[in-house]
Amino acid sequence: MNYQDSFRDKELVQGLARRIAELTRGRKKPLVFMEVCGTHTMAIYQYGLRSLLPPEVKLISGPGCPVCVTPNGYLDRAIALSRLPDLTITTFGDMLRVPGSSSSLMEERAKGADIRVVYSPLDAVRIAAANPAKRVVFLGVGFETTAPTVAGSILAAKAQGLSNYFVLASHKTMPQPMAILSADPDLSVDGYICPAHVSAIIGADAYRFLCTEYQVPCVVTGFEPTDVMQGVEMLARQAQQGESRVEIQYSRVVRWEGNAKAQGVLAEVFTPFDAPWRGIGVLPGSGLRIADAYGEFDAELALPVQVEELKEHQGCLCGEILKGKVAPGDCPLFGGKCTPESPVGACMVSSEGTCAAAFKYGR
Amino acid sequence: MNDDLILLGHGSGGKLSHQLLDELIIPNLSGVPAAGQNDAALLNIGGVKLAFTTDSYVVDPIFFPGGNIGDLAVNGTVNDLAMMGARPLCLSVGFILEEGFLKSELARIVTSMREAADAAGVAIVTGDTKVVPRGKGDRIFINTSGIGALEHSLSINGAAARVGDKVIVNGCIGDHGIAVLSAREGLEIDSGIKSDSAALNGLVTELLPLGDALHVLRDPTRGGVATTLKEIALQSGVTVQLSEENLPVNAGVKGVCSILGLDPLYVANEGKLLALVAPERAGEALAIMRRHPLGKDAAVIGEVTESSAGRVVMETMVGGVRGVEMLAGEQLPRIC
Repeated sequence: MNYQDSFRDKELVQGLARRIAELTRGRKKPLVFMEVCGTHTMAIYQYGLRSLLPPEVKLISGPGCPVCVTPNGYLDRAIALSRLPDLTITTFGDMLRVPGSSSSLMEERAKGADIRVVYSPLDAVRIAAANPAKRVVFLGVGFETTAPTVAGSILAAKAQGLSNYFVLASHKTMPQPMAILSADPDLSVDGYICPAHVSAIIGADAYRFLCTEYQVPCVVTGFEPTDVMQGVEMLARQAQQGESRVEIQYSRVVRWEGNAKAQGVLAEVFTPFDAPWRGIGVLPGSGLRIADAYGEFDAELALPVQVEELKEHQGCLCGEILKGKVAPGDCPLFGGKCTPESPVGACMVSSEGTCAAAFKYGR
Repeated sequence: MNDDLILLGHGSGGKLSHQLLDELIIPNLSGVPAAGQNDAALLNIGGVKLAFTTDSYVVDPIFFPGGNIGDLAVNGTVNDLAMMGARPLCLSVGFILEEGFLKSELARIVTSMREAADAAGVAIVTGDTKVVPRGKGDRIFINTSGIGALEHSLSINGAAARVGDKVIVNGCIGDHGIAVLSAREGLEIDSGIKSDSAALNGLVTELLPLGDALHVLRDPTRGGVATTLKEIALQSGVTVQLSEENLPVNAGVKGVCSILGLDPLYVANEGKLLALVAPERAGEALAIMRRHPLGKDAAVIGEVTESSAGRVVMETMVGGVRGVEMLAGEQLPRIC
């Protein structure tokens, strides 16, 4: 058995399932635990973990897919930029099929726009260095896991003296939307499966206020099936004992204080701002924009462009799904008008989207 | 959304490809049977039964661990014939070359085509070469067409799965897709995985004596085992139950899939077949495969459990249960 297989051990997982059942037996109202990270959503579907849980535990998905929470207006700006001459858009592949108000980057590429999929923002810097006559824009989307590498790309571009590299930044940061969801009277979340790798950057301490202000237990949990099941077991135990504190299940990676170096790079290059979240609205201090000192790399400032008028997609329930209020199958568009190949909403596009996971694994 | 343009997804083999065929290509041609449900057309010419197929190869990069675009072009077309239970007879080859392509690379490709054809026992009997200006192509594209003889009266096709059938695969899945991906520019991963590109007609010849017990043969290429099984389930109107624990997957493929967030069940194969065999002969089928050089790691990975509207479900490696759907969109473009 190799290292990876030991985190996918059937007997361990089934043993945890039995313990969860014992801890929750006889509950009248099911415990509702929310996973806030898209990678957890995928793992739960991919390993069929819901089928192992007792009816007393319900897992719901939250706003943890970076592509999904990116509003249409951002896509529209990226699309408008892609139509400028001598401009190359570089992006992670997931963004290509996300529909904006009237087009998508994939359509623009088919029409001739220079749009390239990269695996790292440093690849985008390399493209900029190799093509001095082109303006190269990287689409900076993602949480605290992705943001440090994007910040690093800006520092690398500055060190190389590049004047043709830009970032269209729409980074989001984590605990704030969890506070909004905790305060939402329509949702009663009994515990958070907190993100694994985001927490490696921000540290588990970041969730303490959720326990003190909203009395919601938080467990920072890894992505393997034994991790997720143990995280659920720890939440169920806290619920049973009436506690609400932060625990770290993913102790092989996550520290209470997080990663100081990554936090330093983020603080150097970015500055917090009130970011718009699809379906949730503008949340104070919940995003990262490029700091004034690095304004020359900010595509929004340095490359002004006319952006089309915002149109929301009729009937799409992405916003409610991102808040965990609606399950994918309850959206009237799911599987009919909205499929991964012709998506209406972002949740159906991203490889970490709740609807994409439900479509691929759930039915 | 704009509907006027061809998108990459139209070439993925998935839903968009089917739409393009059904709505644009087939209605504007005549004499084509409904959308490509099988790997080759069956013809009856003056009492002689033939299978006829064609395929184009645009893999990027053109050289990858375990093969290149040339042997892929031979093996892929041979396999399309073999999956109909036909004995491949001869192939044509069409080259589209970009101005400036190295002759030495073309020679390597043609040599491996000859070697692959020899290994499969087919002849390349006719062909064509065109050159397009630099920048108007991408080094080399190859089309091959093939003719095979149908020398039995079995009805092996995607609609023939029956309740009780065992699902057998002849070895580890996902090798081709991961080998190509590992060799791709910007993602050089030393996974040690080689493409499984191979002609399967020899293995099929060994399986044909199973006779009426052999219900379905399919090669799970684009979209992987998941997509192919879902197609079979839909065509036959049955539920297929898979066991993730029994899926043979190389450790290197598992590792790369974990890093990149891919599922081996959806990764392409070029030397694998799925056989759906009546339960009483399944042990024999497995033994035949394991004796063959291309079937050492053969395994029973599932069975047909009931009649339904076409479902595939899987017991996961940790004992959970989930649905399995077709690949949607492009997981990895240009893998064949």
